[in-house]
Amino acid sequence: MAKSLVQEFTKGLWKEIPPFRLVLGLCPTLALTKTVENGIGMGAALTFVLVCSNILVSVCRKLIPGKVRIAAFIIIIATFVTIVELAMQKFAYPLFLKLGIFIPLIVVNCILLGRAEAFAYKNGVIPSIFDGLGMGIGFTLSLSALGAIREIFGTGFITIWEKPIHVMSDAFVPFAFMVEAPGAFVCLGLMLCVMNLLGKK
Amino acid sequence: MKEMIKMVVVLTILSVLSGGGLAALRQNWQEDIEKQQLKFVKGPAIMAVLPDVSNDPTEKRFKLNPGTKEERNFFVGLENGKKVVAFESTGKGFGGDIGIMIGVDPETDKILGVGVTTHSETPGLGSRAKSDAAFTDQFKGKSLLEPMKVKNDGGQIDALSGATVTSRGVAQGVTEGGNIYKALKPQILEKLKSIQ
Repeated sequence: MAKSLVQEFTKGLWKEIPPFRLVLGLCPTLALTKTVENGIGMGAALTFVLVCSNILVSVCRKLIPGKVRIAAFIIIIATFVTIVELAMQKFAYPLFLKLGIFIPLIVVNCILLGRAEAFAYKNGVIPSIFDGLGMGIGFTLSLSALGAIREIFGTGFITIWEKPIHVMSDAFVPFAFMVEAPGAFVCLGLMLCVMNLLGKK
Repeated sequence: MKEMIKMVVVLTILSVLSGGGLAALRQNWQEDIEKQQLKFVKGPAIMAVLPDVSNDPTEKRFKLNPGTKEERNFFVGLENGKKVVAFESTGKGFGGDIGIMIGVDPETDKILGVGVTTHSETPGLGSRAKSDAAFTDQFKGKSLLEPMKVKNDGGQIDALSGATVTSRGVAQGVTEGGNIYKALKPQILEKLKSIQ
């Protein structure tokens, strides 16, 4: 692995930023980005699980036989997801109420399995941590950006920690389509399009 | 063969560690989590339907079985020395079940308040059943023993515009709650006597 740690970290922020570049883990991306807050919460939960599972997969990579590696990854990921779910119920119940079913569904989020299979299983612990952090933060940024666009156009303001911040003037009529599921598809598609245009240069 | 044993051993160890660790964690946090649930889910809903109580109704509660389904929690509030009761019922909405908290005065059978707790209605349309107090306030003061209907169905409740199905679901849920209340009233009064 000739790449430096900085490269492992930054590739998750632009070059392979999930979900746009990898186009994995779209289910929570589409369902949970009604607001910026949800995006940040989901991103933070996923980052934690991703870093922890990357570390453990990387540590155990010599011990896990190749034939059962996927099963082992799933056990590791599911364990951390359950920890996050319990912790969220204990410490941040309102956020848990908003994210709801999508927390347990992190288990089947392809980004996690993808990173375990494509990276952590083949690399050492330190690069795996950086890879996990980069991917997690990239995912958080993407979800927050998507959430911000949908929330601003869908409701006219952004709510952070229960405080609404008005972005649009009072005359703005909320574009309710944006906070519905189809709005997420259109918004994601447009963002992907813009990113591809920028990337072409 | 050797590889096979290794696979079994590795997966077993992983599962045992994961299962054991999680069980321990859950055991430890269980109580805090239940408190959080009462505080954030039931608490605000109960306070909304029993506006004038002086105690914390989530701390005074008893369970009764309305027959077919599982046991229900009944929360008791103290209002100027009078005991009032809040309990949850469900109605069929547009996107699934709507959880409805109903506050009632057992002396007069009058509804003190109705509030939506959980729902999966369309944001901006049906979801107003939860946020629009003018809609749920219509139930206030009516007798819980009467069936509730929206005006389209010849009833007494103004439906939310654009959310008739949701409004109907809430009305049906309150009616359902009334049936539970009717069936359990002797037991509720019995339990209330024993609560200070």
